[in-house]
Amino acid sequence: MATTEERPIGFGRMKRKEDARFIRGQGNYVDDVQLPGMLHGAILRSPVAHARIVSIDTSAALQHPKVHAVITGKDLEGLNLAWMPTLSYDTQAVLATDKVRFQGQEVAFVIADDRYSARDALELIDVEYDTLPAVVNARKALDADAPVIRDDKENQTDNHIFDWESGDRAATDEVFARADVVVEQDMLYPRSHPAPMETCGAVADMDKVSGKLTLWCTTQAPHAHRTVYALVAGLPEHKIRVISPDIGGGFGNKVPVYPGYVCAVVGSIVTGKPVKWMEDRSENLMSTGFARDYVMKGGIAATREGKITGIRVDVIADHGAFNATAQPTKYPAGFFHVFTGSYDIEAAHCKVTGVYTNKAPGGVAYACSFRVTEAVYLVERMVDCLADELGIDPAELRLRNLLRPDQFPYECKTGWVYDSGDYERTLRKAMEIIGYEQLRREQAELRGRGALMGIGVGFFTEAVGAGPRKHMDILGLGMNDGAELRIHPTGKAQLSLSVQTQGQGHETTFAQIVAEELGIPPEDIDVVHGDTDTTPYGLGTYGSRSTPVSGAATALAARKARDKARIVASAMLEVAPDDLEWEKGRWFVKGDPEKGATIQEIAMAAHGVIELPAGVEGGLDAETVYDPPNLTFPFGAYICVVDVDPDTAKVKVRRFVAVDDCGTRINPMIIEGQVHGGLTDGVGMALMELIAFDEDGNCLGGSLMDYLIPTALECPDWETDHTVTPSPHHPIGAKGIGESATVGSPPTIVNAIVDALKPYGVRHIDMPCTPSRVWDAMQGKAAPPQ
Amino acid sequence: MQVTVSINDQEYTRDVEPRMLLVHFLRDELGLTGTHWGCDTSNCGTCVVLMDGEPVKSCTLLAATAAGHEIKTVEGLEVDGVLDPVQQGFTEMHGLQCGFCTPGMMLTARALLDRNPNPTEEEIREAISGQICRCTGYATIVRSVRWAAEHPAAPAPSSEEVTA
Amino acid sequence: MSARARALTLGFERKDPVQVPAPFEYARATSVDNALELLQQLGPEARLLAGGYSLLPMMKLRLAAPEYLIDIDGLASELGYIRESDGEVRIGAMTRHRELLESELLATRLPIFTDAERVIADPVVRNRGTIGGALCQADPAEDLSAVCAAVGAQMVIRGRNVERTVGMREFQRGPYETAVGEAEMLVEIRVALDPNLGSAYEKVERRVGDWAVTAAGAAVTLSGGIVTRAGIALAAVGAEVTSVEAENALVGKAPTDELLAEAARFAAAACSPASDQRGSAEYKRHVAGVLTHRALRRAVARALGREA
Repeated sequence: MATTEERPIGFGRMKRKEDARFIRGQGNYVDDVQLPGMLHGAILRSPVAHARIVSIDTSAALQHPKVHAVITGKDLEGLNLAWMPTLSYDTQAVLATDKVRFQGQEVAFVIADDRYSARDALELIDVEYDTLPAVVNARKALDADAPVIRDDKENQTDNHIFDWESGDRAATDEVFARADVVVEQDMLYPRSHPAPMETCGAVADMDKVSGKLTLWCTTQAPHAHRTVYALVAGLPEHKIRVISPDIGGGFGNKVPVYPGYVCAVVGSIVTGKPVKWMEDRSENLMSTGFARDYVMKGGIAATREGKITGIRVDVIADHGAFNATAQPTKYPAGFFHVFTGSYDIEAAHCKVTGVYTNKAPGGVAYACSFRVTEAVYLVERMVDCLADELGIDPAELRLRNLLRPDQFPYECKTGWVYDSGDYERTLRKAMEIIGYEQLRREQAELRGRGALMGIGVGFFTEAVGAGPRKHMDILGLGMNDGAELRIHPTGKAQLSLSVQTQGQGHETTFAQIVAEELGIPPEDIDVVHGDTDTTPYGLGTYGSRSTPVSGAATALAARKARDKARIVASAMLEVAPDDLEWEKGRWFVKGDPEKGATIQEIAMAAHGVIELPAGVEGGLDAETVYDPPNLTFPFGAYICVVDVDPDTAKVKVRRFVAVDDCGTRINPMIIEGQVHGGLTDGVGMALMELIAFDEDGNCLGGSLMDYLIPTALECPDWETDHTVTPSPHHPIGAKGIGESATVGSPPTIVNAIVDALKPYGVRHIDMPCTPSRVWDAMQGKAAPPQ
Repeated sequence: MQVTVSINDQEYTRDVEPRMLLVHFLRDELGLTGTHWGCDTSNCGTCVVLMDGEPVKSCTLLAATAAGHEIKTVEGLEVDGVLDPVQQGFTEMHGLQCGFCTPGMMLTARALLDRNPNPTEEEIREAISGQICRCTGYATIVRSVRWAAEHPAAPAPSSEEVTA
Repeated sequence: MSARARALTLGFERKDPVQVPAPFEYARATSVDNALELLQQLGPEARLLAGGYSLLPMMKLRLAAPEYLIDIDGLASELGYIRESDGEVRIGAMTRHRELLESELLATRLPIFTDAERVIADPVVRNRGTIGGALCQADPAEDLSAVCAAVGAQMVIRGRNVERTVGMREFQRGPYETAVGEAEMLVEIRVALDPNLGSAYEKVERRVGDWAVTAAGAAVTLSGGIVTRAGIALAAVGAEVTSVEAENALVGKAPTDELLAEAARFAAAACSPASDQRGSAEYKRHVAGVLTHRALRRAVARALGREA
């Protein structure tokens, strides 16, 4: 079958297969699930950040005619479920027992006939609190007089969680000591929130007769969740089925197991009916996994000519009231140690101290690639601070320091082995597309007239695709993912995956991977995902890992099928397997191309009666579990133009050019979409997104009126392009793209804003750069938002 | 109380509390789950439906108020198996990823094109500025609407043109 | 109007996470008279439901919980109009934001309305939200209150057997408080037309659709090159209904740019902004001055017929 430009068989731009249901409003999201007799749950949450629970009176709520049950922490204690393990080997309260430790913490669970009555019943629960002083500032969490938040933990006498270091401190100190220039800068990556348009929720249906629990859930990792429920709830794992139906955006928000899910499960067991729990937006913003909140002290050392020699950083990581971040066990600060960036440096060191505060738990979310957002922000801002100090153009400074292609695979000073890269080419391409020289000339002219125009450059290298099982596990589950390919007798196929799309287009791109390997058209390949009963085990989708891990598994499974097809074809054509050659879609006899068999014909024969060699089984199915040998390292060069109103300090993003390199490109249309989404995240974080708190720990970012997300009017028409530097260790050379733009755009925009404010001598301004905060910087009073 | 609402040219009567919001009426009472909800403060716009041809946020409208008006939801865009050009446009130009904001975006696009068949990029961005998308970055949504503007459905034949 | 919504503080102080209003009884008004009758019958626990964008969000957050809602959606034709009559523009209280935005009459004679509507909420909200609903909610950051104050609008309030007209100073009692009493409703807004009147509105917001960080409306009437009347009103910065000192600085003088700047300084000095997530008090005061100056400049230019 011929491949065409509109309908590629394999890689190329093709429209998405999943669109058909979404454009008709026939997506099946968790809140769309309706089961007979289904009840609705709602959570009563703490109004205060830190308090002892004196009493909980649920009697009035139980009197409500539509209420079926009210569950409290005390009830869960009886089931040993009041606390659950987190993905970081800490514990988290499902429903509070002794204390509440953040505003919005779960205190009671009401189950009622419908969502309206469930919420009415919340007002009938009377809780008496004894307020305690709250720890809100992470910098003060380790003060001697700071109240101890986790007094539930044995041997916990302060708010310290962990210390973690990477790199060589002695070597780094030495480099800094002899450097011509050292620039130091405090910077904050403020607390933000992934805020997908669909909030989190679950429908739990415990079948008392079969003993099987079916859980529809907004989860990016259904299999991992299943295992967690087996461990936590003591339910046998084969009696748990987790279904991620369509998910309305994940962005890392839907990786953790939330108390609401556990309550829904308990609720179904207790009432004998299906129980739906869907959080509303304030709950999502106030209690589910936030992102970032890294207080950083960075330093960069260089020669006078602008050769960067060392980078160092100390971080206070605010993890909230429970350490519930998701990242591989050995890396409590995720992959932050990729802060070494895209540069050839002599030494680097980082120390990260994790602390508890009276705020919602989390930290790893919002497309951070396990803290790569924080790392890239740090290094790209430091490079610009250095450029400012030395008076060197920031693009020029980067060109003097970027790693060269012949240096790859490159082992950076904190141990990462970057797989491949041709950085200069990508940066120059971005500069050419945006017309960098021309922009600098325009800027000079505008500055002369008092206008504030800024040009920001950012270059990033990510570390994604976790990961090798030797190094990377979450809760002891190795981060390997599988793929199962079945090719039916009529030559159509089904691919079952362990990863979980939330909009990334897996139903299309993974079919394209199989199509590329086997020549079966993508429309003949059904991609199945999200149901733990029918898909292979894996750790799910986040950290841009689907293409690097499951994409590899898929390609390898397809190749196994192709190898099997060769044997079947050799039986069909009565030649030796070595006499066969492959062209996409068929094996044919070398030197006699007319004589061949299409993959469809081979499929039928494989299931048929043809005699196969000894040891060769029938059918054309194949499966793989992929253990990546390394992470992959997508990279990119971003350049942004902003204009700042000198009187109101309002920032407008005028242009944004993004040149991404994600290795082999499966579907350019989908890649572009992923990049556009991430660039918008950058506008959000750089200009307006902030989960703020007052000094009592009241959350000030608990609605979309306060937590501002960009609209179409804040975003320019994105300009994107690409380079291709395949990953040498990946079966199809692909690196992943999902989080690149979220990683690379915030520092690029901040760099542009600081550049615009050069006439005011501004060295740094923390995000979000709201008009008021930019104005403060112009007055010489820049300060972190919290 | 009894509430009768006309949705996609069909009347539905249900007995509901006065406080029932139109979005829940559509989703929970009628099973029309194409209309979504995503916030508590009328900001996100995933609940947008058309009322008398104009976009409204169904989370901020009582079902009772909707009585007496003509409501169109995403389920009403496709007619007799023929997709609306906006639906086609969103598929052609990758105007959706997770699909959650999409019904509202398409309906607003439909209303815009009905008033202004050839909108500029700026006018499209303005029209969707009350609705948030976390996935697409909006540029492909703008392209999708432009595609629909450039590929309007063939006008329905007049009664004289239809042959017996 | 009796049941008052408590201030929606930025501290988002809510007891319980909810998404739906508390229960209430519902009635549909068939006319203004019928609405007033119902208000009287049902008493202080009844609220009028117009566009719904001020009241329903409050009710969903359980910050307001009236026992009765009187739906006046059906009054949209009776009370939805913008017309010129007797040297005035008369706007029905149920006129939608979108109608105000698209009004040719307002764009040419009172463009302060058009300027403001461009930056009020978002296009979807503007399809339903009404001027009456906005004015009666009287949120201190609400733009149309400042617009009406700047142009010296008269509010027509009708009761069962009586109709009275008040100016903005009397109408705006304080945050979330207006002069509309029990068993009364706002029915019309009237603004005197003057060919020598120019008006404009300026606003800074963190993002489209957000409440103002600061906003300023100005209306200037000139005669023989001299200011005969000036209306200056700020939103979101704790200002008085209008900035009287600033207005007085202009009346009787030629509107030079220095004079406008001076008036802007008076306006900025007289307001009482609060620091919050939208901005520091200092920033808001600074921008109050900037925007007042900009609004005055454009109002004067329009009065002189020099700007669309």
